[in-house]
Amino acid sequence: MKNIRNFSIIAHIDHGKSTLADRLIQHTGMVEDRNFRDQILDNMDIERERGITIKSQAITLPYRAKNGQDYILNLIDTPGHVDFTYEVSRSLASCEGVLLLIDASQGVQAQTIANLYLAMENNLAIIPVVNKIDLLTADVDRVLEQIDAELGLDPFSHIKCSAKQGIGIEDVLEAIVERIPPPKGDAAKALSALIFDAKYDSFRGTVIHCRVFDGEVKPGDIIRFMSSGSTYKVEEVGCFGIARLRKDTLAAGDVGYIIAGVKTVADVHIGDTITHDNRPADQALPGFKEIKPVVFSSIYPISSEDYEDLAVSLEKYKLNDAALVYQKDSSVALGLGFRCGFLGLLHLEIVQERLEREFDQSIILSVPSVRYRFTLKDGSVVQVDNPSNYPDPSSIEKAEEPFIRATMIMPEKYLGAVMKLCTEKRGANSTMNYLSPGRVELIYEMPLAEVLFDFYDRFKTVTQGYGSFDYDIIDYREGKLVLLDILVNGEKVDALSQIVHRDNARQRGVHACDKLKDEIPRQQFKIAIQGAIGGEIISRSTISPFRKDVTAKCYGGDITRKRKLLEKQKKGKKRMKMVGTVSIPQSAFLAVLQSDND
Amino acid sequence: MNSIKTMENSAPAGLYIYVPFCRSKCAYCDFYSITDGSQAAGYLHALSREMEHYREFAPLFDTVYVGGGTPSCLDTGQLEELLHRVREAFPIAPNSEITVEVNPGDVDTVFMRGLRDAGVNRVSVGVQSFDDSILKSLGRRHNGREGREAVEAARAAGFANVGVDLIYGVPGQSHDLWQETMETALVFNPEHLSCYELTLEEGTPFHRRMERGEFSLPGEEEAYRFFSMTSAFLEQRGYTHYEVSNFARERALISRHNHKYWDHTPCLGLGPAAHSFNGTRRWWNHRSLEGYGRDVASGLAPVAGAEDLTPEELRLEALYFGFRTKRGIHGPEFRERYGIDLFREKGPALRCLRDEGLVTLDDEFMAPTRRGLALADRLCLL
Repeated sequence: MKNIRNFSIIAHIDHGKSTLADRLIQHTGMVEDRNFRDQILDNMDIERERGITIKSQAITLPYRAKNGQDYILNLIDTPGHVDFTYEVSRSLASCEGVLLLIDASQGVQAQTIANLYLAMENNLAIIPVVNKIDLLTADVDRVLEQIDAELGLDPFSHIKCSAKQGIGIEDVLEAIVERIPPPKGDAAKALSALIFDAKYDSFRGTVIHCRVFDGEVKPGDIIRFMSSGSTYKVEEVGCFGIARLRKDTLAAGDVGYIIAGVKTVADVHIGDTITHDNRPADQALPGFKEIKPVVFSSIYPISSEDYEDLAVSLEKYKLNDAALVYQKDSSVALGLGFRCGFLGLLHLEIVQERLEREFDQSIILSVPSVRYRFTLKDGSVVQVDNPSNYPDPSSIEKAEEPFIRATMIMPEKYLGAVMKLCTEKRGANSTMNYLSPGRVELIYEMPLAEVLFDFYDRFKTVTQGYGSFDYDIIDYREGKLVLLDILVNGEKVDALSQIVHRDNARQRGVHACDKLKDEIPRQQFKIAIQGAIGGEIISRSTISPFRKDVTAKCYGGDITRKRKLLEKQKKGKKRMKMVGTVSIPQSAFLAVLQSDND
Repeated sequence: MNSIKTMENSAPAGLYIYVPFCRSKCAYCDFYSITDGSQAAGYLHALSREMEHYREFAPLFDTVYVGGGTPSCLDTGQLEELLHRVREAFPIAPNSEITVEVNPGDVDTVFMRGLRDAGVNRVSVGVQSFDDSILKSLGRRHNGREGREAVEAARAAGFANVGVDLIYGVPGQSHDLWQETMETALVFNPEHLSCYELTLEEGTPFHRRMERGEFSLPGEEEAYRFFSMTSAFLEQRGYTHYEVSNFARERALISRHNHKYWDHTPCLGLGPAAHSFNGTRRWWNHRSLEGYGRDVASGLAPVAGAEDLTPEELRLEALYFGFRTKRGIHGPEFRERYGIDLFREKGPALRCLRDEGLVTLDDEFMAPTRRGLALADRLCLL
């Protein structure tokens, strides 16, 4: 055990986490250079395209240190987005140390600090690594000052590297060996292993990723999940190479996988503790939480005939994404569908994209919503995450919405603009700290709904990309909420309804009508779009009809060319949802929440 | 239900011959043509060899259309020879419609008589406009007077079926100027009028000039006004607006040849860039005279590409054609040929178009109104 090191790399987005992981993998000779591809741990196209890690990944790196000894380095790569904070925290709980990666030109950012706190909560050894030192804009001295002043870490403990150029990689590996403690634990004790991820394998069922703290697990053992109490027989254990590497046993200190005939990833809860059924541990490992969705939206097939197909696809998709929750739903305007809960808007977009790409589904998502809480006059309390279920206004005694604490870090000169934005987004109870001269940490309490929708983009814009942002959900607070309906040619489209704050309801109504005017393509008839609260129309826009759309000539060679164009248009139209006689594109449902400046 | 009985379309076929010569290139035209008339003899020779490949194309043809390019770049002797070879190679019905496109400036009464003697019974005169400034801006080499003289020459030579081609929506062309051009055309009482909205094709000098911002085309609303005033004016003067861009003085005078394209009747196209259709397959020849000539010389059909149309593709085309023609779509015939009962399957969409005043519906036909014709490219997407 003394030659095992379990570690993770934590960083603000785009600070070079996946590239450093690539270099470590290459340096330890895990992959031959000719088989190497960039971002080797980011398997999904979406991860590569968006440059973020969505799923956790683990890999075992063999390393012979300068002291001549062989070490096993278990790297646990963590997701890089605030939607997945809980998963990150469980991955970190599986480690003894972290590389805290900081971009030499960007410096310390909000997620650097948020991740540092997570690492500190888990008592991990922290090695600051200053990356991208080869950039012309690199300012290592400034970053070292920030490490000292903003992170409270010893600036002399840092390592400089350029993952892209392969500079300083050996130093990083040596620091992992020297400064991250080996795991503690006792293989003779009762089994206690922390689940930090689970993946679905169509041949083997769920592959559980875990860190063994005490005890030992091997094929044939009967294991028990301590939160659910369910038991399974272990079929295989092993560690992670580029593919899975089967082992005889996983013992205290090891990071590896267990295959035990678990049907879906939903049966496995990240953060849960695995123990032996016949010799259970006294208590579960700390920190387990049920993952709760915070953003809700309904998914509908574009063509209602595809409902069954969508149902099957969602079921399959869910095999590999335990965080998605869904149930059947139906909309007056859009027909049968599924009400889904997501960890955040990014998670929502990922689900949408993967359903389209990997499952070939043509879908529409209704306008996303948070979960509101209404106390009715009869004393009952209802949770509403779907505007269609908005209670009769006359029956509402009290309406409450979820609030967050938003932490933002930015150069001082953007402070005014950010405060203005936060006020517009109904932020309150602000506090401000100067982290270092010229850099401010601003904390606001804000309604989640305001932050989820259109905050992040605008924040990026007003801080010209120099601001960083993170949040936690804190509580529910009373608010004056109303239901904003959208009518298209007089017909209410429930999937476009939103629950909004009364004070900016009118503005949101105008905005939605304007956005829809841009998003809904013109048709051969006039389309009227109206925003309404109760029975009252508060905003409207009109999409003028086509007057002339016809090709002048249609002879021999024109016909094929034209038909191909028409086929393309037809395909485009098939990707839109017919509401009455109006075709509404997928983009329209998210666009009502977006600001004008993109 | 998805089977298509296209091959049962036993109507006589059409024959199209593309003449790839022009004396000069017009600024808006993206058709293939060359200005080197010395290659005409070689072209005519290649054409007869190409005919050999299609002896079995159809049991009967009843239209021949010589288009271009500029067929009147050939002399009447060459045209006569060409039509002679056509008659040798293919079964041409006695009452066939035989059209030659001519360019004002190339033709006089003698030329027109020559065409008559060669068996041509219909001419289509590429007048485009009677206004000199518009003609100049289009890059045409003739003027308004030559346009009038060409139509007069056709009449003088005894042509009883004369078509005049006009273009509207030209930058700088007012409604009044356009109306004047139509009035002038009507003086000759042409049997047929084609009125095309100017379309800028990529790669043409006109398109480049527009990209540079030298002028702009009429916007959609303005284009619609041109379209509807043309339709209203000519209908009021007794013409039937039988297709988006085509008008005939009476039903019998519609272009029989062009109509074949719109009801999937087989048409054989000969010459460079010509397209052919046999009921399910469409193919097209090499665009350049060199490529065309090379294949023909090596005993090959000079085909550059082909597509076999799926039932669905044929259906989409048929819908498109249907919404482009005043006759519209005959429901039972459509079901018989394309395997879909439109009235049943697209009933709500059709009724919506009717309620918008874009089509009329009765027991058998759905037909576009004037407003519907102007939207044919959209209506067919139902």
